[in-house]
Amino acid sequence: MVNSMAGLRDFLIQRVSAVLLVIYTVFLVSYLVWHAPIDYMAWHGLFAYVPMKIATLLCLAALLLHAWVGMWTIATDYLKAFWVRFLFEIAVFLTLIACFFYGLLIVWGV
Amino acid sequence: MRFSIYRYNPEIDKKPYMQDYDVDIVANSCNMVLDALLVIKNTIDETLTLRRSCREGVCGSDGMNINGKNGLGCITQLSTVKEPVIIRPLPGQPVIRDLVVDLTQFYKQYEKIQPYLQNKDPLPSTERLQSPEDRAKLDGLYECILCACCTSSCPSFWWNPEKFVGPAGLLQAYRFIVDSRDTEKQARLNDLTDAFSVFRCRGIMNCVDVCPKGLNPTAAIDKIKQEMLKEIVK
Ligand code: SF4
Ligand code: SF4
Ligand code: FES
Repeated sequence: MVNSMAGLRDFLIQRVSAVLLVIYTVFLVSYLVWHAPIDYMAWHGLFAYVPMKIATLLCLAALLLHAWVGMWTIATDYLKAFWVRFLFEIAVFLTLIACFFYGLLIVWGV
Repeated sequence: MRFSIYRYNPEIDKKPYMQDYDVDIVANSCNMVLDALLVIKNTIDETLTLRRSCREGVCGSDGMNINGKNGLGCITQLSTVKEPVIIRPLPGQPVIRDLVVDLTQFYKQYEKIQPYLQNKDPLPSTERLQSPEDRAKLDGLYECILCACCTSSCPSFWWNPEKFVGPAGLLQAYRFIVDSRDTEKQARLNDLTDAFSVFRCRGIMNCVDVCPKGLNPTAAIDKIKQEMLKEIVK
């Protein structure tokens, strides 16, 4: 893997996704505080709004990418046997992809 | 004062064990941990094996783990350590005998960063001058004595010693990246963008905690990352 940009790429993914998640979380928490007590209709209305759907999906993708980089790092630190690591990485990968489509269905369903 | 020292001679011992020694540090006028170890070696047990040379924090050969923290025996004052003083070899490195470890991997990583000035410009007729400001950028970097205290305390290096350069090597990498007389900055940075060389550093900062010369490898590692970002933006 000499001379690949993977390290720099993963580093950027982690930083950018972290910033996105902070912004999203701060927004969501302040929305909850601002509009408290919140009812189902308001909550539904918020997520029915298209920019909110886009932001939510973007943040979901950011979260999953962030998780992938982190899990890959942990795997390459601690799982030294090739097959163990390979199977672990496949499992993590499939789980994250499944999470994404599940999230997509939920947000789309609103 | 009581010392509990890690002993292992692979030719005789099945496995490592700890051995206790009592040293009269006042009668032997010992100030530093290394003084006491040498009293043990010279008067109590000559089989105790360790490296040392300068005995004043310059050569970097007596890095060891003292009461759980890496440091140089020769500049660690006995008045600052708790009894019994537990001495072990640098962690995570193959033990050759007692406190002597095999640092081949450490030196390989050092070699990888090409620790010498490279300049592709035509040779000038006089020496290459450096402004005092540019020279000042090397402070906190050039003082490293390659004692390996930092790298052998770094969990990232324990897990990936063949791929992660480690704090000592990266401190030196930055020392040449930032040197105004070196023209190979870009190539040096390009060599380090993979997933391990630099980026396996997780900012644990054990390296900063132990460096007996008070250097800050984590800061140098962050500077390398910043330089990489500047390269892709510009
Ligand atoms: S940075 Fe400090 S601890 Fe690391 S090798 Fe250099 S002098 Fe030793
Ligand atoms: S800051 Fe980086 S180099 Fe230093 S001990 Fe931690 S992981 Fe290792
Ligand atoms: S003996 Fe040289 S650094 Fe300790």
